[in-house]
Amino acid sequence: MIATAAGIAMLLIGLAMALSCWRLLRGPDVVDRVIALDTLYANACALLLALGLRDATALHFEAALVIAMLGFLSTAAFAKFLLRGDIIE
Amino acid sequence: MNVVLEWLACVLVVLGGLACLLGSLGLVRFPDVFTRLHGPGKVTTLGVGCIALATVAWFSASEGAPAVQALLILVFVGMTTPVSVHLVARAALHRGLPGRRPPGEER
Repeated sequence: MIATAAGIAMLLIGLAMALSCWRLLRGPDVVDRVIALDTLYANACALLLALGLRDATALHFEAALVIAMLGFLSTAAFAKFLLRGDIIE
Repeated sequence: MNVVLEWLACVLVVLGGLACLLGSLGLVRFPDVFTRLHGPGKVTTLGVGCIALATVAWFSASEGAPAVQALLILVFVGMTTPVSVHLVARAALHRGLPGRRPPGEER
């Protein structure tokens, strides 16, 4: 039962990642691309959690947590770079 | 109790997938940067949170004891997404990107 539900969720998240990729490639400004990249990170985190539910394994928690942390750090670094033209002043 | 938790996990995981899809749809369809921030900032966070809660419910039901590791992801995403969205919005303001103002407040 949970395998079917998690499969449906993974399909929906895959569609969401395709839409985010479209914005990443198209996005008129670099800020749009940063937002799309942040969305891709969040979607990858959700996809890993759904994969762990489908396979009934707890191995993917840490990977999803690391992806969430990397997403926040990279978005913060990009925003800082766009704001100041430099990451470490 | 276990059956209730399992059904809850199934409903939550599908809802989370739908919320992720809606967030990305907002990212594609909204007209400018400041409105586009709303989709990923709020709805995708809801989706990740729903799927993390589904993971907690499912592993609590299957192991018979509360499994709260996935709550870490929920707490972390809930804490960091507002910060990163705020930083990106400030960068967009700094770059002078066009946004829409409310009616009656035109420049």
